[in-house]
Amino acid sequence: MSIAQESIIAKPVKRRFKRTPYLLILPGIGWLFLFFVFPLSTLLATSLQKPAGISPDDGYLPAFKVSNYSSALAEYYPQFFRAFLYAGIATVICLLLAYPIAYYMAFRARKYRNLMLVLIVAPFFASFLLRTNAWKTILSGDGLVVSVLNSINLLPQDRILNTSLAVVAGLTYNFLPFMILPLYTSLEKIDPRLIEAAGDLYSPPSQRFWKVVWPLSLPGVISGTLLTFIPASGDYINAELLGSIKDKMIGNVIQSQFIDLRDYPTASSLSFTFMAIILVMIYLYIRKAGTDDLV
Amino acid sequence: MKIVKLIREKTLQVFSVLIIAYLMLPLVVIILLSFNKPKGRQNTSWNEFSLDAWTNICRDQTICSSFATSIKIGLLVTIISTIVGTMISFALVRHRYRGRGATSLLIFLPLATPEVILGASLLALFLNIFIPLGFWTILLAQITFTISFVVVVVNARLAGMDPRLEQAAMDLYATPLQTFRYVTFPIALPGIMAAALLSFSLSFDDFIVTTFNSGRVVTFPIYIWGAAQRGIPPQVNVIASLMFLGSLLLVLVASVISKRRKALYT
Amino acid sequence: MASNRPKVEDLHLVNLTKTFGDFKAVDNLTLTIPAGSFFALLGPSGCGKTTTLRMVAGLEEPTSGQIKLGQEDVTNLPPYKRWVNTVFQSYALFPHLTIYENVAFGLRRQKAKDIDNQVKAMLELVELTTQAQKKPQQLSGGQQQRVAVARALINEPDVLLLDEPLGALDLKLRRQMQLELKRIQTEVGITFVHVTHDQEEAMTMADTIAVMNEGKIEQMGSPIQIYEHPKTAFVANFLGQTNLFEGTVAGIEGDELAVKVKDVVFHVPLTSTEIRSGRIVFGVRPEKVKIVDQGKTGLPKNQINGSIKLTAFVGVSTQYEVITNWGQEISAFEQNIDPSDLGRPGQAVTLAWEPRHTFVLDPDQDLTAGLDTSWDE
Repeated sequence: MSIAQESIIAKPVKRRFKRTPYLLILPGIGWLFLFFVFPLSTLLATSLQKPAGISPDDGYLPAFKVSNYSSALAEYYPQFFRAFLYAGIATVICLLLAYPIAYYMAFRARKYRNLMLVLIVAPFFASFLLRTNAWKTILSGDGLVVSVLNSINLLPQDRILNTSLAVVAGLTYNFLPFMILPLYTSLEKIDPRLIEAAGDLYSPPSQRFWKVVWPLSLPGVISGTLLTFIPASGDYINAELLGSIKDKMIGNVIQSQFIDLRDYPTASSLSFTFMAIILVMIYLYIRKAGTDDLV
Repeated sequence: MKIVKLIREKTLQVFSVLIIAYLMLPLVVIILLSFNKPKGRQNTSWNEFSLDAWTNICRDQTICSSFATSIKIGLLVTIISTIVGTMISFALVRHRYRGRGATSLLIFLPLATPEVILGASLLALFLNIFIPLGFWTILLAQITFTISFVVVVVNARLAGMDPRLEQAAMDLYATPLQTFRYVTFPIALPGIMAAALLSFSLSFDDFIVTTFNSGRVVTFPIYIWGAAQRGIPPQVNVIASLMFLGSLLLVLVASVISKRRKALYT
Repeated sequence: MASNRPKVEDLHLVNLTKTFGDFKAVDNLTLTIPAGSFFALLGPSGCGKTTTLRMVAGLEEPTSGQIKLGQEDVTNLPPYKRWVNTVFQSYALFPHLTIYENVAFGLRRQKAKDIDNQVKAMLELVELTTQAQKKPQQLSGGQQQRVAVARALINEPDVLLLDEPLGALDLKLRRQMQLELKRIQTEVGITFVHVTHDQEEAMTMADTIAVMNEGKIEQMGSPIQIYEHPKTAFVANFLGQTNLFEGTVAGIEGDELAVKVKDVVFHVPLTSTEIRSGRIVFGVRPEKVKIVDQGKTGLPKNQINGSIKLTAFVGVSTQYEVITNWGQEISAFEQNIDPSDLGRPGQAVTLAWEPRHTFVLDPDQDLTAGLDTSWDE
């Protein structure tokens, strides 16, 4: 029974099949299939239903009424457009506001950066609704802000509340931290010696930024803009609290269709259209910018 | 040249302070107005100082009961989604298995889905299978979207952890279960705690998904929304201020503790 | 605990192979590591030495082959069931546990008795008693390394695996630790398998060295054996430096082979090769090559003329690059006895060495194998 005799036939090693990962993901994935994937398919089915009678109380019947989509879109395309417009503007403003502070925290503020992080995240600990509502106070007709701006005739409608300006301002405020945090995370990872090296190689400050810092911060810019734009475009609270009837976004429409009008087919088809547009946007955006990790 | 640099630095500093002030502004308003005695029902402008709201928080029973409901839901949601999410995170980070990419995608999708659609699809589900809307549907709905957040947070913590620590543990005679208990879990714990806290805040403050699936049940945000048109009583501001200051305190205490720990090392 | 177990056994690797996709990291490796020896697996990065180590530890599953401790086949055993412990390259100390708990970890998992005394004794052995309650982050690199060794050693494994444990230390500390580890191994008598790319380290510490390249073992033997008598160009070039010459056999003179390289004749002992005609490659290490005065008597037989291209004063020695009239560069290391005697670039010199210091290599191989690996890591 020598080693040499046994070694003539090299034995392949039994592969240990790992059950563990599948057991671990089972509850969560099961849950998500049941309460995320399946409902979305139900939503799809609902979007194709036809009315059983005249009033919403009569309910809806399973059908294949694809025209729900075209009629919904035809009627509500302004709100779609407005939602993307407002969210887009808010996202751009957020980026402009967030980048300097993220830069400051990442490269300059050694001592204060943790405090600043806490303060930036702090608003999340107070109710979203109350925060947005507080802007009603701040931007009210007899408040300081409006009075000052009015005195220099900056306001076309003599007020801020109940205008699109207020809605965009609200969106910007609410989603600013969503832009700051990913930007900061990305910037913080940049080795400051890279910037020094660029300077050593005769690069002036503006070039150092655009050629070194900006490209390296792109992952953060991408996550930040996505994390801001997507929820902002679907939001309806800012529009409801701070805007007028003319400022309704697609979120408001979907909400009222579901809750108030109970027109489930219209609401569902609008939801799916919205979701499809978002997914296409994300896909194109990420393709263009290039990231691999989703989570 | 130096002056230009100085101006640039100062501007950056001032700008950052302004942004922080901007973020804090509504919070200051909320806290201030909790000390207000409103003229009518609308608590939107300052009238006179009063501690009335602070001493009579539950005068309107609905405020406190909706608060309690939100807390109850929040705790349950936190426990369930933290456990489930952490499990998924472990599978994603520590194991290579077929379907890993698909799992990642499925976790990502709820994060990319606007809340209106999340809420609406669950409403559609509950309607179509005739489940009555209420406490349990809110619970189910909230767990659905918090799981993904938990996964993201725990992932970040786990991914930064040296996998060789677990290998060292096994090398030192720890079975996989023991490895998890004595090495992986303690080190991942801060991330899991952060995920739990995030879960709770997302649940407590959630309005859109909740409102679609709440039926007649009133959570704290739903109460606020309902009161927004008529006038939000200052007691709501009191509760919000307490929650805000409480959370802030928690975070500051946690960071002082970790700073103290770090100081012991150097 | 260890006293209950049978005596330490030999470690056998039998036809061990590991492939990652298309890449063969370890190629049909067969090796026996004698019990109680200090064994080094030496090779450049990517040669498969770390993969081999991890397979012995159980952290990597072999694609085929066997690992046996004595008679016991451990190939399919998970790492926590093998009497093998590892000192990791990055130490992998548990950051959330104190030094004491780190060292005690293995014993606790085995539910050993009398843990406290054993831990205290081990901490004394590595001279870290005062650091017992600190956390790993508070210790210096050298201290962390000692904790890593202590944590593994305390379990009295049959085999201790060391994965380039000294890589992160500075030169002086590394030298110190090399001697420390050697001392501990001699005292404790456990088989040490040390993986490294540093040939000086391997030669200092090991009883036996196996030189690995591209998943295979090129040569195995004691440090002196493989250094003085390398069997392949890779080993010759990877360990220290070598001067290689290509020539043709000119004839036999007594107990030596005469070899013609260009227009110079060199002599090589008959016992060093079986080649009797045709192409031949031989080598000599630079420290065996001296600069001599051509006129003197009693000079070594193998001589070549050239001019100094480069002089490098290294402290303990001076390294010369001499270029022959056909353009080949020869290295010669002169021990630093009288630095005022240094040769200068451009100077014409004669180099000489004894035939018995020559070794012969198979002419049909890549003669540059093993070079340029000193730049890695």
